[in-house]
Amino acid sequence: MINKTIRQSAWLFVVPVVLLVAFNALIPLMTVVNYAFQETFGDNVFFWEGLTWFEQVLNSDRFHDAFLRQIMFTSIILLIEVPLGIAIALSMPRKGPWVSVCLVLMALPLLIPWNVVGAMWNIFALPDIGLLGYSLNSMGIDYNFTQQPISAWATMILMDVWHWTSLVVLLAYAGLTAIPEAYYQAARIDGASKWAVFKWIQLPKMKRVLTIAILLRFMDSFMIYTELIVLTGGGPGNSTTLLSIDLVKLALGQFDLGPAAAMSLIYFFIVLLICWVFYTLMMKNEKQ
Amino acid sequence: MCIYAASITRFLALSVELRNVDKVVDGMVHIHPVNLLLQDREFNVLLGATLSGKTTLLRLMAGLEKPSSGEVLFSGKNVTGVSVQKRNIAMVYQEFINYPNFSVFDNIASPLRVAGKKPDQIKQEVGEIAELLRLSEFLDRDIASLSGGQQQRIALARALVKRASLVLLDEPLANLDYKLREQLREELPRLFVASGSTVVYATSEPEEALMLGGHIAMLHEGKVVQYGKTTDIYRRPGNLESARIFSHPPINVTTIVKSSGVIAIPGVTEWQCPEVFRDRPDGEYLLGIRPHHLSLTSPERDARLVTISGTVQLAEISGSVSLVHMRINGNDWISESGGIHPHSIGESIKVYMHLDGCLYFDRDGTAIY
Repeated sequence: MINKTIRQSAWLFVVPVVLLVAFNALIPLMTVVNYAFQETFGDNVFFWEGLTWFEQVLNSDRFHDAFLRQIMFTSIILLIEVPLGIAIALSMPRKGPWVSVCLVLMALPLLIPWNVVGAMWNIFALPDIGLLGYSLNSMGIDYNFTQQPISAWATMILMDVWHWTSLVVLLAYAGLTAIPEAYYQAARIDGASKWAVFKWIQLPKMKRVLTIAILLRFMDSFMIYTELIVLTGGGPGNSTTLLSIDLVKLALGQFDLGPAAAMSLIYFFIVLLICWVFYTLMMKNEKQ
Repeated sequence: MCIYAASITRFLALSVELRNVDKVVDGMVHIHPVNLLLQDREFNVLLGATLSGKTTLLRLMAGLEKPSSGEVLFSGKNVTGVSVQKRNIAMVYQEFINYPNFSVFDNIASPLRVAGKKPDQIKQEVGEIAELLRLSEFLDRDIASLSGGQQQRIALARALVKRASLVLLDEPLANLDYKLREQLREELPRLFVASGSTVVYATSEPEEALMLGGHIAMLHEGKVVQYGKTTDIYRRPGNLESARIFSHPPINVTTIVKSSGVIAIPGVTEWQCPEVFRDRPDGEYLLGIRPHHLSLTSPERDARLVTISGTVQLAEISGSVSLVHMRINGNDWISESGGIHPHSIGESIKVYMHLDGCLYFDRDGTAIY
């Protein structure tokens, strides 16, 4: 017994969104999908290949290595940036004239264009003329990020920490300032230690913003390209070739469009999957 | 023996004394020198408008702030320099302050755990308090899933279970809905006084202060203008400020002239000078009259009354009470009467002023009795 009148005209209201999403996401994505399942030799001549490229990418050592490097990089910077960001936010003043000074200083690295960040750190770290590289070497530390994988990794991580810890700081600081003063008073009356205040009041109250901070840092670090291509270009050798750099080498360096398209899709779904798992876990935690 | 004595003092209520305590922050006087003695096991109310210094006074008693000068004494012992956690106090705030990711049980149990009590004991004491505040069915729940009223009851339960010697309540019911507020207002003095604590309750609502009873300290711009039994102060405020703070809707104040046994509101009305006032020299004084002593209806026959006429400026009906704002000889007056009395703006109106409700003050605001 359905008495509803169904008006077909209602669909018209959805059309703008459909068009927007189509042009914005679906159509560009479909061209990649197109390449991922076919072989082409130019002139718009395509041969159906099925899942060949996917199998090839997923079975290649090259992809495995890049993926492992990527996981390692993201894990390291998350492990450094999140605790460091919280620590800095905790030590920032809550009121007074220094608040704005601190906030501006914190926001500065976020305002610099990404390729400039890469160029800055490249020059800064150069072993012969860069301030960092030259100082380290004159202190007797053998450092050359253009030749030693370990030096390259250290520089890459240092650069990312410098560039992005601020984001965690700003989010954590926003979470901290939202805690009413009365909580701290109540904790003092209970005789809570600084650690207890952090563990039982500040951390639980910061949970939401930290979830967002971790999620953002995960996604951005998993897709890092610009700063890195300027800093190391993936070298020395392949030691800092993370997923995005590997993908560009494959697509534009070797012009293997099929495998590159397949890899793009795999890459995309990995990011999507991890974010989804992460978010669901966090939200489930929240509900309990 | 020694341990026994110590555990007794832990549960003993305190008298709280402020001796010449003041608070100055960056040259701004937040609290003028205060002398105040709150007896043990009393329910004390701090009444004053927003920014009158209620919270600062509570914080000074708690030890969350240090007085700029003067001493804070608990049962005669100077505790001015003693830290908050050693004073055995509990505080409840206007905001609902609980540990965000503890269950209800763990929240109520937290002061007992800090005190190092045994799990059986904790379970029993939390159970009793939860029963008292009707929280038993929520004990396993998460704080975030509860309503504001429930959260505030948990904060109150935490203060009760601690059996603190001094309990400070900073407008604890201000953020609750009307019905819950009424109900807790009745229960709170009973609960806390029964627990043997000395209680200080800050509020900005005169009606709430009256319902809570006990003793009251009237605060005005960082000064304690009067302290005493709540009902006494309501009936006989010591000065104009007390009368003003303790009246809602605001008390009507006007200049009167006394001359040879007659008191007159110039150009309005006059009546026989009351006994207490007779010895005073002639001249100008101030009259305070609460709105409910200006009624629209003629009351019982033997009440001493004078009638005053004016024009209606605004008539509000709130519940079963009518408030009429009117203009009498260039002054604005408010009258409050039971029942519903609609009046239109600009209408001429006659009100009955109860002479027994008149409060007389010197020009400097000191009450005359």
